Amino acid sequence: MKIDSMEALETARENAVSNIKADTHRILVCAGTGCIAGGSEKIYDKLKKMADEAEGVTVEMIVEATGEFHPESVNRDSTASSGSDIVSTDGETIITAINGDFMEKEAAASEMKEETDKTSKVTTVKGRVGVKKSGCHGFCEMGPLVRIEPYNYIYIKVREEDCEEIFNETILHGRPVERLMYQKDGVLYRQQEEIPFYAKQTRLVLKNCGHINAEDINEYLAVGGYQALEKVLSSMTPDEVINVISDSNLRGRGGGGFPTGYKWKQVARQEEKIRYVVCNGDEGDPGAFMDRSVMEGDPHKMLEGMIIAAFAVGAQEGYIYVRAEYPLAIKRLKIAIAQAEEAGFLGDHILGTDFSFRIHINRGAGAFVCGEGSALTASIEGQRGMPRTKPPRTVEQGLFAKPTVLNNVETYANISMIILNGADWYKSIGPEKSPGTKAFALTGSVKNTGLIEVPMGTTLREIVYEIGGGLKNDAELKAVQIGGPSGGCLITSDLDVSLDFDSLKSLGAMIGSGGLVVMDENTCMVEVARFFMNFTQNESCGKCVPCREGTKRMLETLERIVAGNGKPEDLDLLQELGEAITDTALCGLGKSAALPVLSTLKNFREEYLEHVVEKRCKTGTCKALVRYKIDAGKCKGCSKCARNCPVNAISGEIKKPFVIDTTKCIKCGACIDNCAFGAVYTEN
Amino acid sequence: MDYITIDSKKVPIEGEKNVLSLIRKAGIEIPTFCYHSELSIYGACRMCVVEDDRGKIFASCSEQPRPGMVIYTNTKRVQRYRKLIIELLLSSHCRDCTTCQKNGMCNLQSLAYKVGVHAVRFLNHRKEEPIDMSSPSIVRDPNKCILCGDCVRTCDEIQGVGVLDFAFRGSKMKVQPAFNKPIGETDCVGCGQCASVCPTAAISIRTNVTDIWDAIEDPDIRVVAQIAPAVRVAVGDAFGIPKGENSFGKLVAALRIMGFDMVFDTSFGADLTVMEESKELVERIKSGEKLPLFTSCCPGWVKFCENRYPEFVNNLSTCRSPQGMFSAVIKDYFADMDAKDGKKTMVVSIMPCTAKKSEILRPDNYTDGRQDTDFVLTTTEVIRMIKQMGLQFAELENESADAPFSVSSGGGKIFGTTGGVTEAVLRRLANDKTYNTIREISYSGVRGFEGTKEASVMLGDREVKIAVVHGLANAGRLLDKIKSGEVSYDFVEVMACRRGCIMGGGQPSGGARTRVSRMEGIYKVDTTSNVRYSDENPAVKQLYDNFLTGREHKLLHRNLS
Repeated sequence: MKIDSMEALETARENAVSNIKADTHRILVCAGTGCIAGGSEKIYDKLKKMADEAEGVTVEMIVEATGEFHPESVNRDSTASSGSDIVSTDGETIITAINGDFMEKEAAASEMKEETDKTSKVTTVKGRVGVKKSGCHGFCEMGPLVRIEPYNYIYIKVREEDCEEIFNETILHGRPVERLMYQKDGVLYRQQEEIPFYAKQTRLVLKNCGHINAEDINEYLAVGGYQALEKVLSSMTPDEVINVISDSNLRGRGGGGFPTGYKWKQVARQEEKIRYVVCNGDEGDPGAFMDRSVMEGDPHKMLEGMIIAAFAVGAQEGYIYVRAEYPLAIKRLKIAIAQAEEAGFLGDHILGTDFSFRIHINRGAGAFVCGEGSALTASIEGQRGMPRTKPPRTVEQGLFAKPTVLNNVETYANISMIILNGADWYKSIGPEKSPGTKAFALTGSVKNTGLIEVPMGTTLREIVYEIGGGLKNDAELKAVQIGGPSGGCLITSDLDVSLDFDSLKSLGAMIGSGGLVVMDENTCMVEVARFFMNFTQNESCGKCVPCREGTKRMLETLERIVAGNGKPEDLDLLQELGEAITDTALCGLGKSAALPVLSTLKNFREEYLEHVVEKRCKTGTCKALVRYKIDAGKCKGCSKCARNCPVNAISGEIKKPFVIDTTKCIKCGACIDNCAFGAVYTEN
Repeated sequence: MDYITIDSKKVPIEGEKNVLSLIRKAGIEIPTFCYHSELSIYGACRMCVVEDDRGKIFASCSEQPRPGMVIYTNTKRVQRYRKLIIELLLSSHCRDCTTCQKNGMCNLQSLAYKVGVHAVRFLNHRKEEPIDMSSPSIVRDPNKCILCGDCVRTCDEIQGVGVLDFAFRGSKMKVQPAFNKPIGETDCVGCGQCASVCPTAAISIRTNVTDIWDAIEDPDIRVVAQIAPAVRVAVGDAFGIPKGENSFGKLVAALRIMGFDMVFDTSFGADLTVMEESKELVERIKSGEKLPLFTSCCPGWVKFCENRYPEFVNNLSTCRSPQGMFSAVIKDYFADMDAKDGKKTMVVSIMPCTAKKSEILRPDNYTDGRQDTDFVLTTTEVIRMIKQMGLQFAELENESADAPFSVSSGGGKIFGTTGGVTEAVLRRLANDKTYNTIREISYSGVRGFEGTKEASVMLGDREVKIAVVHGLANAGRLLDKIKSGEVSYDFVEVMACRRGCIMGGGQPSGGARTRVSRMEGIYKVDTTSNVRYSDENPAVKQLYDNFLTGREHKLLHRNLS
């Protein structure tokens, strides 16, 4: 249905709200990529089938005295299992469930009174269960996740076999399935919002992710979607929009932290009238999936931001550049765009005004460098994805050489709430110069991995120990790699540093797009540097010499070190190459390519030295540095190991302890396999 | 006036678009691989990095000059970075300098020496790539490529051909034709402009030097040379002769010392072309068919037209190029003598052009199944032969071309620069053969380096509209306009290379000063010629009156059947 006026929008919203309210229950099955990989689609199908079959069946629900649903009463209700009398709160009708059948009965009885004295009671209603696929909840470690409204229960690690129990217990009888609920330190967390992982977060951008059906524009409307667009189109001028965004100090979430309002202003003042709004959804950092979650879980929020940007800068067309490796995001974006067009949020005469705007999706072929602005626009144009020299900058000559606003997914997702709540509200979250929240993909040796959103300025300690729940196996924290392959390492002394654009830059790290990899004492930092250098080297476009050849040479040097062939002067070579690449590379990818190496060299120089001088890797990560030894106490001198050694590295006299010549040893392990006395061991 | 400070010297900003231009203006030869004033700014080699007063390092090619900027072009840091960049380039480069074609002329080699790279600290992991010998004009040796992209941009931006591009990413990146097809099987027109800009020997001219030495050594072969107009103003570059000076006489002398049996001037062939092409133009104007008439002297252009604008192929002049006409005439001319003394005449043309190496293999340039031109030597190859011979070229006494083709007109000689063919044809068509006509035509708008030039002359009471275009990208744009009906002409001269043959792919490369000097040199050759009009060349007249009678079409036109 086309919404062609502000009034029509209000009606549409009211319809959407009442339609959702008509559901007595909502089952939100997480259909984020991680949960889908865990089998959540089968869970959805099964629950959906059960719900369809139970259409119109009367179910028991727990109601708080105030009329609001409250899950606290669940324990008590579980005792009132099927067969007992259940009474409605207002005393009009009661329904008694007998062996799963429901029949009406007159209200009465004193036991009922006793029940209602408590804060909540059980009621029965004609059930209408909405089973929805939601976007990512972020708690991916615990997936597949199933959320049940109105109780706000979150079930974790759900399997297909659990569906029946969930439906029979929770949906039909309002009882929680405790074994599927999150427990920590002996505490059971029934409601999603109580779980420490969520409780410490400030979910603004990700607010709707996991809570609405991403494939239905009405659900977005029901939670206040397109209200900001309505406000902009009905009561603001383009300049006013830009001023609000400027005043809010919103900074680009793609990594650079460039002031968004300033960028818009620059585009708006170009003489050329054909302008573009481009969304960078080419999230390529290994392990990062913030943007994907928004595109998959709340695509309209991002679209609304883009439409507002287009209005502010006078653009007619927009492009979303998404990696082809995100098929689900592409699918949901396509659905969202089609629905927005149908509803009249995109296309000609948006909401009956003179403003027209269209959005196209462009799939990237998986080149990390295409996240760089000029490479991205080149790629959309059908050119080879290579960054170009600037000037001209993207705001002057971006896509198709026209003025272009290029922002990241998360940046656009921030726009609508700034418009609705104002710049001052936004600035009150986090540091004033770098306000708002930031989504991070928290991974590595931390207990709760997943997608989190915290106010800028949150400390690493809060993220790692409170949201992340500390390190796995309560290991010792060694470092946190922030900003992916373009970022640097933060160490334990940085735990209380405020995470924002400016303070991280001074530490030689960067927020980047928001990857956070927590590393414990068992992580070899040289190997970490090698890993990231391998990634960057593979992803270098090959244009400029420092990045193309320099990263390759750095990788070779690091490979030599982890293989045990490093020399002390290799560290100087790495430093020299790293500085040269940082200073002379053409684009941001190149300029930051050496950061992981430079920052580990700075913070963990000892570890590098151990590798090149002592040829030791304390963590045992670098297999080539492991040394095979014979415990003289256990060795019986049988010579079996020596006879089985393919390179004659073991020698000794019969009946006396044998020794391994480590310079000859190729670490094949034949000696360990052949020793009957367990005398051969390895040392890191 | 606004200025920036470069190494403590104030340099005024006079419309320069980048800091690099200002540095060069200040007289500092800042090193570059990928910067060419005529190409788009690529910013990949990073050799032109400089440091500003705040310690910021940036590439000067892509930095806009801002008034008050203070930069240093040779700080310790900048030196270190430049050195490392060369070291990095060498780390994946073929290092067989002594046996390389480009030895002594290689930009990588000379910059490595300049910035002081004396050792490469990295192992060379380069994998040997096969050399592409599929084109008669150029050779691609990927082992020597430093990925500066100069060839890619030249082929695309200047020539509009675009057969080369980058493939793969990062350290696996390569320059190659689409699907790594052999270059000879692509739309490559063989113009050799890629080789001209290549800083190393990654793209070089397919050389025939050994073939020529072999032929000279063979007593049964009569080795006959013809020298194209543009060669004479460029060959001296390698021997300290002032740029643009006419070295024809010295070259004739050098070739004779080397052992060539006869030496002729291709300008004589150009005179024949003027005669035939003028005739063709008059006929087409009369019939009104196949207009505009496009020149066919330039093989790069002919191939480009066939590849990209086949609808205009019938508009091409049926004339052979001056080289083609002259070789056919020479072969026929010496046929009797060959039979008599049992020798075989071999025509070697000395050309500014790599595409000519392909032209001679075209069936339409054969006469009765005979390949008329046996070999093409480019100017740079001849320079190498002179150097191999150890001749003191600059000291040689001038000698003149052999009879019976020893006279050629100024009109035939200006073929070497853009607009020359047109100018010579207009001279031929003019009724009044005085100095005045020459002057009028030279001011008609056909001269100069502007990409597309227009002129209009009266032929009787018919206005003849003319366009002169050089650089295939310019030609493509003009053809599109002709196709759309936006413009219309009767005669269009196309030269594949910008500025015409003087800057052909077979010439020693050069910058703005070289281009202008060569053009001025060519015009000076014209003004000092005794005969200015092709139709007044007595040798041409004699040839038409006797030898050519009845064989004009067979020898002077392309075999299009």
